[in-house]
Amino acid sequence: MFVINCPYCGERDQQEFKAGGEAHIERPKQPTELSDDEWAEYLFMRKNIKGVQYERWNHAHGCRKWFNMVRDTSNDEIKAIYKMGEKPPSI
Amino acid sequence: MSESLRVKSSQYIDETTRVSFKFNGTTYYGFKGDTLASALLANNVHLVGRSFKYHRPRGIMTSGSEEPNAIVQINPNTNRTEPNVRATEVEIYEGMEASSQNCWPSVNFDIGGINNFLSPLFPAGFYYKTFMWPASFWEKYEYFIRHSAGLGKSPTSNDPDIYDHRNIHYDVLVVGAGISGILAAKNAAKNNYKTLLLDEKSELGGSTIYENNESNKIDNKISSEWLKKEIEELKNINNLEIKTRTSVAAYHQYNYLLARENFTDHLDKKDKTNKIRQRLLKIRAKKVILATGALERPMIFNNNDRPGIMLSSAIKKYSDFYGVACGRKIVFFTNNDSAYESALSLNDKGIKVEAVVDIRKQSETNLEKRVIDAGIKIHWEHTVVDTSGYKKLNNVSIMKLSNDGTSVTGNKISISCDCLGVAGGWTPAVHLYTQSGGKLAFDEDKKIFIPNKNNSDQISVGSCCGDFKLDEILKNLNEKLKVFLDITKTDFENITVHNDQEMSKRNIWLLPSDKALGKTKPFVDYQNDATAKDIKLALREGFRSIEHVKRYTTTGMGTDQGKLGNMHALGIIADTAGVKMGELGTTTFRPPYTPLTFGTIVGRNVGKFFDIFRRTPMNDWHVEQKAEFENVGQWKRAWYYPINGETMDQAVQRESKAARESSGILDASTLGKIDIQGSDASEFLNRVYTNAWSKLGIGKCRYGLMLNEDGMVYDDGVTTRLDENHYLMTTTTGGAANVLGKLEDYLQTEWPELDVYLTSVTDQFATASLCGPNSKKILKKIIPDLDLSDENFPHMSFKEAKIGSIVCRIMRISFTGEQSFEINVQASYGKDLWEKCIEAGKEFNITPYGTETMHLLRAEKGFIIVGQDTDGTMTPVDLQMDWIVSKKKYDFIGKRSLYRSDTMREDRKQLVGLLTDDPNVVLEEGAQIVSELNKKPVEMLGHVTSSYFSPNLNKSIALAVVRGGKDMMGKKLFIPMEDKTINVTVSNPVFFDQTNERLNA
Repeated sequence: MFVINCPYCGERDQQEFKAGGEAHIERPKQPTELSDDEWAEYLFMRKNIKGVQYERWNHAHGCRKWFNMVRDTSNDEIKAIYKMGEKPPSI
Repeated sequence: MSESLRVKSSQYIDETTRVSFKFNGTTYYGFKGDTLASALLANNVHLVGRSFKYHRPRGIMTSGSEEPNAIVQINPNTNRTEPNVRATEVEIYEGMEASSQNCWPSVNFDIGGINNFLSPLFPAGFYYKTFMWPASFWEKYEYFIRHSAGLGKSPTSNDPDIYDHRNIHYDVLVVGAGISGILAAKNAAKNNYKTLLLDEKSELGGSTIYENNESNKIDNKISSEWLKKEIEELKNINNLEIKTRTSVAAYHQYNYLLARENFTDHLDKKDKTNKIRQRLLKIRAKKVILATGALERPMIFNNNDRPGIMLSSAIKKYSDFYGVACGRKIVFFTNNDSAYESALSLNDKGIKVEAVVDIRKQSETNLEKRVIDAGIKIHWEHTVVDTSGYKKLNNVSIMKLSNDGTSVTGNKISISCDCLGVAGGWTPAVHLYTQSGGKLAFDEDKKIFIPNKNNSDQISVGSCCGDFKLDEILKNLNEKLKVFLDITKTDFENITVHNDQEMSKRNIWLLPSDKALGKTKPFVDYQNDATAKDIKLALREGFRSIEHVKRYTTTGMGTDQGKLGNMHALGIIADTAGVKMGELGTTTFRPPYTPLTFGTIVGRNVGKFFDIFRRTPMNDWHVEQKAEFENVGQWKRAWYYPINGETMDQAVQRESKAARESSGILDASTLGKIDIQGSDASEFLNRVYTNAWSKLGIGKCRYGLMLNEDGMVYDDGVTTRLDENHYLMTTTTGGAANVLGKLEDYLQTEWPELDVYLTSVTDQFATASLCGPNSKKILKKIIPDLDLSDENFPHMSFKEAKIGSIVCRIMRISFTGEQSFEINVQASYGKDLWEKCIEAGKEFNITPYGTETMHLLRAEKGFIIVGQDTDGTMTPVDLQMDWIVSKKKYDFIGKRSLYRSDTMREDRKQLVGLLTDDPNVVLEEGAQIVSELNKKPVEMLGHVTSSYFSPNLNKSIALAVVRGGKDMMGKKLFIPMEDKTINVTVSNPVFFDQTNERLNA
């Protein structure tokens, strides 16, 4: 069970949070311009990396804010946490 | 009754308090402080169980939680019974009963023992190989296999005990209170770390505390004497909390650990009641010091499992801690020095040690010299090749080992004995360390896996990191603690340690016998009866990964999780496959370290605390009216209101008729309500719903359908425009929280530029839904000054009004097809509102109806229920709801997916109505629909999603999803049931009032 440093509330137990999958997959601005394949790429394709992964998390039972996390999925080390809209750190 | 084997009074056993207990029906006596195992051994009872597969007689092997054999059922046939309890851990108390498991009719005569003689027929994977054919017979085989196997019995009535959970936080957690753990905890606490020290045993001090010979000394005192003084000092330290009888079950990431604290298991029956039995501690520690010690290994030789064959260290503990001799004539069999310590210890107490059999060529430490001086014969370079004695060991045969250790030579020597102490070296208890994600390295010299690399703030100290000699342990502990705790010195910096033991050992994973391996039984996993032969067979059959070998042979898969034998399994695999230790992987140690009771896991969350439930403000009224309730998400909703012993069917038919003929009232408070405000609120709704919202007038309501990005229907509900920048959205009862979460997600992450604020107001409002042709008259009585004319207050509009001084929001919207009004008030007035409606409606026979009638009424109108008529694979087009999907809007959630080739297929499952040819036959929800009965395989076209007998139409109606159903109007289909086939015709899903005349009637 992780201890997650919510950028708005500080350190909290993992059970207050909800994981939201891979981060930095932007919703296409003009979906109608996309081919089926391009839309499917946005809709379905996720990397599911073993290693350093950029993820979305939500402080669901707290401030309800979404934020980003860089986590090594092989050992669950949280390498960085940053707010939505902020530039991802290079790790 | 057998003679007593108490040899000496022990300070840990209260010999003034005699305790009587029953084992397998016989009454025995022990003393307070005894474990069941020590008390049985004192009564010369070694045979305590039967093995799992061959039903071989088995005895007590160890003195701790690693015990594979002495697994008992405590208090059989009571509601406090507990299976799979280790006799070596459970303390006896007055009146305790215990019985052997896995034997029938008794442990002394077990019919399953015949499996032992048939064992050539039971190789690894026997069950997999034999009972596979023919496949259809498996159910028959399984019955017999389950009956002859199985470990223990679960209780059949409620557990009377109280269990508890507690979250606790510490700076430093020390696991294990042996000498390392005690010194670590003491130094942490003294340096201002808030410290918790845990140990699974009843006493502090680990194995050092009962050390009583000259071979280990600290500051010239016998190590136990020195340690007792240290323990005494712990009492005066403020920052330190100590919990004994507390076993750490799991060590998760980020230093989160679960431990079970045991309060009453050792108490007399009369003292157990009204106390918490066990507590699950959820510990978050900044730093963790693992001092979990080491487990002695057995050795793998022919017939190494007889009652009377025990770990050398266990024999020592029984004599030194419990004052019990495990036999009258004891032989030790060893590959290292530790058996000599045990031998000397016994000799000092006058217990006869016949011989020490040592597979090493020679060793010349003080220990060996003292053993020789004591007149004990040492057989150097010999190995045990066989043992005898069915229910109790009576003889061991030894032979000389060849130079390379792979065969035996010379004459067989027979030694008569009643107990064999086996010392195969020590294995660090790295279970918790690996659970936390730590990686292991193999130490070729010591033949052990030791902690290597980990992520969390932790260290392993003492023998669990591979330090076995006292001087080595204390020297390394001192250095490690200084770094880990960031302190300049410890309080044991300057001690002098004397230590006779040398670590030289000769490791042979599988010892040879004069017989071929195939004719021997060298057990590796005692509990599951896996032998070295089985492991070799698995490798011959092509298994390589340790995880596969483990599952195929069941090695390490018993309740003891292979604490004794796993190392040997790895060693035999490495030797056989010709690879290095660990190259084929090591087994993963998973939580819990020792089994937890279900009570500990659930804690207080039992009975009515099992799950949270929510009640509406009108709940008391429903209860007074003796409504039946159903669970909808966490809500308790009124399901139907039976009168005069009506069945559900009768009540629902009556309620449904009343709602259409005069008036009905539904508690709709559970619907999700989200308050939406902000200058971009209209734009936001445009993006989340399929239809257009910009032109919705203030005071108007609109039905909306919400999709997932994949185009599938996610939720629906009516949203009302309260003001220019203010909407009130309703969601389904079950979807409320998820919808809010999803909307927040889009707002925060995709559209942060929108000025929109969402607030859940579900709990703030209570809602009564009045419906039926007389609903307007009833509302008029309650709010006389509100103009309810269709011109002023048309369908799909909203008015704010006052009942007395109470503000209410009224929406004229309908989920039944009747004229209806949803009245929302502040939740605290909900019951008053409801009672007012009932009172005002009396003259119109106002009928409260529950969720079942609501479902029936909406089904008559063909209105969907998300989650019942949809299942996450239905688009609005599939639901024949194309009318609600805006063609003009550039984008909304899920729009693009509606144009994917797959979602545009004509032969998708589509929502249709079904009418049975016999109008009295009501279909079963979930029933499969086919078009041809004789074509094989039968092609399933879809299934029934909603089905009722409609009292207003006087016939059976159903909604269904059918492949290509849109184009099947009027087509005959079949619904094959177990005993008959039902003929149906595809119809329009709107069965009642297709022109919506009643909305304004």
